[in-house]
Amino acid sequence: MTRELGKLLESIAIPVVALLVSLFLFSVFVSFSGANAFEVLGGIYRGAFGSWFSWQNTLVRAAPLMLTALCTALPARIGLIVIGGEGAMVIGGLFAALTGIYLDGLNPLLVISCMTLAGVITGGSWVAAMGALKHYRNVNETISSLLLNYIAIAILSFLVLGILRDPATLNNPSSYPIGEANMIGDIGDTSIHGGLLFGLAICIGLWFLMRRTIYGFAVDIVGGNIRAAQISGLPVGKLIILTCFLGGAAAGIAGVIEVAAVHGRANLSLNAGYGYAGILVAFLARHNPIAIIPVAILLGGIRASSGLLQRSFDLPDATTLVLQGIIFIVILASEALYGRIKWFQPKVTSNA
Amino acid sequence: MPESDMGIIGVIIAVLGGAIRIGTPFLFVSLGECLTEKSGRINLGLEANLVMGAMSGYGVAYLSGSAWLGVLVAGLTGTVLGLIHAMLCQQNRVNDIAVGIAMMLFGTGLAFFLGKPFIQPVAPRLPSLSLGTWSESPVVQAALEINVLFIIGLILAPLMAWFFKNAKWGLFVRTVGESRDAALAMGINVNLVRMYSTMAGGFLAGIGGSFLSLYYPGSWNEGLSSGQGLMAVALVIFARWNPMYCLYASLLFGGASALGPALQSVGITQGYYLFNAAPYVLTLAIMVITSSKKQRFAGMPGEMSNI
Repeated sequence: MTRELGKLLESIAIPVVALLVSLFLFSVFVSFSGANAFEVLGGIYRGAFGSWFSWQNTLVRAAPLMLTALCTALPARIGLIVIGGEGAMVIGGLFAALTGIYLDGLNPLLVISCMTLAGVITGGSWVAAMGALKHYRNVNETISSLLLNYIAIAILSFLVLGILRDPATLNNPSSYPIGEANMIGDIGDTSIHGGLLFGLAICIGLWFLMRRTIYGFAVDIVGGNIRAAQISGLPVGKLIILTCFLGGAAAGIAGVIEVAAVHGRANLSLNAGYGYAGILVAFLARHNPIAIIPVAILLGGIRASSGLLQRSFDLPDATTLVLQGIIFIVILASEALYGRIKWFQPKVTSNA
Repeated sequence: MPESDMGIIGVIIAVLGGAIRIGTPFLFVSLGECLTEKSGRINLGLEANLVMGAMSGYGVAYLSGSAWLGVLVAGLTGTVLGLIHAMLCQQNRVNDIAVGIAMMLFGTGLAFFLGKPFIQPVAPRLPSLSLGTWSESPVVQAALEINVLFIIGLILAPLMAWFFKNAKWGLFVRTVGESRDAALAMGINVNLVRMYSTMAGGFLAGIGGSFLSLYYPGSWNEGLSSGQGLMAVALVIFARWNPMYCLYASLLFGGASALGPALQSVGITQGYYLFNAAPYVLTLAIMVITSSKKQRFAGMPGEMSNI
């Protein structure tokens, strides 16, 4: 077996085994809470991938997950652990909505483009600030990104429950609408909105950028050994800030999609946990933008099945959170296995 | 709470009272984190201990009728979470910061799952001492309702400082945290010391959680904790890994968190949501000011992953 192939197989086999172990632990857990584990697992499958209807539900949830996962995955390649996807998504969505409300009445294509641009700039800057704080002041990015999540949510609440509030929205306080004409429509006659195409295109584009360009190569060098990168004259600070910007911009677009394709306004459901689930997606995909696509669909499916679990098995809505938590812990524990299983290691040849 | 006409004085008294009330969970979590970090490991998952502690403490207090039994169970729950964290971090190539994030997501999910039946029922509250009976003013009386757990924390901080300085086990913890090699040379089992430190730290964080559900705010719901567990990590940096400074920093953070509600109680509601962000902004500002590109923090354990 060649070295390349061994590595590829290893990086697929270990997460798959880890997923199976997680499902087993989850089964034990739901059995203790009195449910039939096989039926619950079947329920998750049916709720996620069992019918075309559930597939549509799954894909709608996968779109923002792909984008928030990039907010953790890209900085991870340069050696930072950023968990600020939630905040970047909230800020991106909020400013996209502001732009949409302000520009309503112009050509819808122009409005949508400006909204996306607003999401990219605000979401990107939000996370770029964490990279800058890390580089210039050595402020721990994990903690600063979490703090900025809470600050973003405070800004959202302040505006949406304050000056931006549409008095007509009583039960679910929201901003004024961006206008029906400016919304992103569904793909064909499905109920999957166009945001999924954004997610797929951005994952593929960023994979190309990270794997096939000099920029991506430089990022991997900084992530591998920051001293070596400095000595070889790479602009480490600029690379860190740019990479964080790209990650934040992706999460910002997730916010744009939630506003422009789902709600039509900014409201507190921008803060629905997609940012935190995106962290798990990024780690499961080992921070590879292409691998994020199937993992986001898998996690989107688990989230989509939540409603069915509540209705059919009378399980609390946090059931899927427990499953996600178990998967995360087992995946991290499985990191210890890399390079230890003989079968994946190249045969040492002695023709030197 | 009765309307107060004391204006700015009333706000200041409410903030001081809030510093103690909201600062108590910060105190326990930061002391726990301080102990763990002194052994050279960082536990970013204390948010899970806080939420699980709040849920299990509330559940047990409701079922048994004893708030103190709830506090004990909350601590034990935190200990178990600490044990899981320690066992995962011992493995090769496993990053302790990532494990912390995973524990945070797992613990909060588990607490929401198991805590569903306890959202409605009312559990007994922890007792408090009324030190404000000398005053006529209800504002002063409310501010001087001091919970027993705060007093325990007040004793615990100097005790922990003494432990690090003078006790044999305290020396073990510090040695393991400063230099793994030196500890190995002394024949100390590094992983064991770190495991005990993480478990003890988890115990304290769990107790901090029980304060949230059993005293203030005083009920169990899913929005109970909002990042206090992670803010404690920043707080320990600010406190330079010194238990006594943890006490002062907790009071400062508690006061900052009390600002929004205190202003609201005197009728200033403009920008209420922005004032709620005060503790996060304060934490961030402190981290920016105290961090430095050039050097590690003074007092930072040498074995800790650079934060």
